[in-house]
Amino acid sequence: MTPVISFSGVGLTYPGPPPVRALRDASVTVRPGEYVTVVGPSGSGKSTFLNVAGLLDRPTEGVYELDGVDVSRLRERQRAALRGQRIGFVFQSFHLLPYRTATENVALARLYAGVPRRQRATTAVEALDRVGLAHRRDALPLVLSGGERQRVAIARALAQRPSLLLCDEPTGNLDSATAENLLELLDQLCGDGLTLVVITHDRQVAARGQRTLTIRDGVLDE
Amino acid sequence: MSKGSRPSLRDLLGEALAGLAQRPARSVLTMLGTVLGTGAFVAILGLTATAAGQIDSRFTALTATEVTVEDIGGADPADTAASFPPDAAARIAGLNGVRHAGVYWPVPLSAPRFAAAPGAAADQDELTLVAAEPSALAAARPTLRAGRLYDRFHAGRGENVAVLGAAAAGRLGITRLDGHPAVFVNGTPYTVLGIIGDVQRLPDLLLSVIIPTGTALRAYQPPHEQRAKMLIETRLGAAALVASQAALALRPDAPGRFRVIAPPDPQSLRAGVTGDLNSLFLLLASISLVIGAVGIANTSLVAVLERTNEIGLRRCLGARPMHIAAQFLTESTALGLLGGLVGGSVAVAAVVGTAVLRDWTAVLAPWTVAAAPAIGAGVGLVAGVYPALRAAWIEPAAALRR
Repeated sequence: MTPVISFSGVGLTYPGPPPVRALRDASVTVRPGEYVTVVGPSGSGKSTFLNVAGLLDRPTEGVYELDGVDVSRLRERQRAALRGQRIGFVFQSFHLLPYRTATENVALARLYAGVPRRQRATTAVEALDRVGLAHRRDALPLVLSGGERQRVAIARALAQRPSLLLCDEPTGNLDSATAENLLELLDQLCGDGLTLVVITHDRQVAARGQRTLTIRDGVLDE
Repeated sequence: MSKGSRPSLRDLLGEALAGLAQRPARSVLTMLGTVLGTGAFVAILGLTATAAGQIDSRFTALTATEVTVEDIGGADPADTAASFPPDAAARIAGLNGVRHAGVYWPVPLSAPRFAAAPGAAADQDELTLVAAEPSALAAARPTLRAGRLYDRFHAGRGENVAVLGAAAAGRLGITRLDGHPAVFVNGTPYTVLGIIGDVQRLPDLLLSVIIPTGTALRAYQPPHEQRAKMLIETRLGAAALVASQAALALRPDAPGRFRVIAPPDPQSLRAGVTGDLNSLFLLLASISLVIGAVGIANTSLVAVLERTNEIGLRRCLGARPMHIAAQFLTESTALGLLGGLVGGSVAVAAVVGTAVLRDWTAVLAPWTVAAAPAIGAGVGLVAGVYPALRAAWIEPAAALRR
């Protein structure tokens, strides 16, 4: 089976002065349906790993294949399209548009893929059902609790029908009970066959994954 | 391989408008400069056009071709001799550009009695007896209701003929001419040749019994208290020239015995209204447009910085830099367009309101009104370029920073 993520010798050096080697010689494979967590202290290169994996930054060395496609060679507009179609992002601070309802926020996911409005709304409603927020469809983010907001954000990522859910500290802004709820949702999604990469500095969160990668000073270890 | 992402135009427009609608107060304040600028632009053009139109309506072809020469006599008030020479009409008719010219005066009779039958006592104090040359009648542009005007034959022979104004005929009870009616002035009969239904100049003639000057000079005294006047109809555009030559042509020896009343010069009149004022206000309008543009640019830039997260998120969702730029450019253009629409509407209301208050006819060239939203949109578009570029340059990774 084609791996979802395949890093071989991937590195990223931010041009100086002085040049910073934020990620060096990373080789890792994430297979479909896997639940992988990435841990490391702040400044270790977690964000760089996320940016490279999420097609937000181009690696300066090595080869990155997403679903078997060498993405380092792609043009920027193709990378943007891939980002919109293959990768679902979940952020620590949710990044919901404050003036849009939950459904509208989720529907935004398919906007740049050129999906017609009505179909976007249907997909959004389905995604909200899937994260257990069917009753909060028309709520504005302002009246949602932190946990609910993160679920809306996950629904938005799911609406993209991604091959990979890339979560950056998904529980970072949540209290422990809510965080536990959210982690259960992630387990459930993984059980449905979704590939998950969760970046965290929380050992307990990291323990939920089937595999844990550790990153330290830009070096990735299994 | 997947295609490049391409949302529909309608979706991009929807995103941009949603961005505006989410912050209505800010949008309105941002629009204000554009509203003022386009509003001032339309209002100025509308008001000057309305004022100019007002001048146009007062200044018709009729007044533009009318010159009046008044006999003001000499310096000595005891000098009551008529200033017009006997051949006054011929002298003026010889000038270039004159159509008709003739002398007329109210016949100096104290309390004349008018009647349609001899001896019939009639109370007709409102009627006047006017002596007028046939060419003066022609210059008044009469419309005949019945019969005909008298001509140079009647005037030369001093025939006892008269033409009645419509109102005078009504008072005297003369409506038909088949019986060759006569009007009696202090008992003297004058055969009524015609009835004038309406005149375009000298409306007093409608309340008058008009007789030829030759007849008047034979039967009555020459004018002394109310002096004679001359009505000249000129070709269009010749009035100023005729007016400058008339006094000298009439009496080369004493041109000072006349006052010549010429129509106002239309060009100088209109120039007075539109000239300096217009350009000054248009300059002010442009300044407020520039201020409006700066306002939009400023607000858009702030919005871009404020919405860095949103921009990053959209990039993560597959938006290309072009989409981001298009969204912000659409937002600022829509703001400008809206400002232009509001400004244009307010200005139209102001112009119409002013016209109503002053009893004027509002004149607004359609292109000035249509230009307002276009100018507003243009201002918004130009103002939005830099913020849109800034937005497009934002790295998607920005969304991941907290």
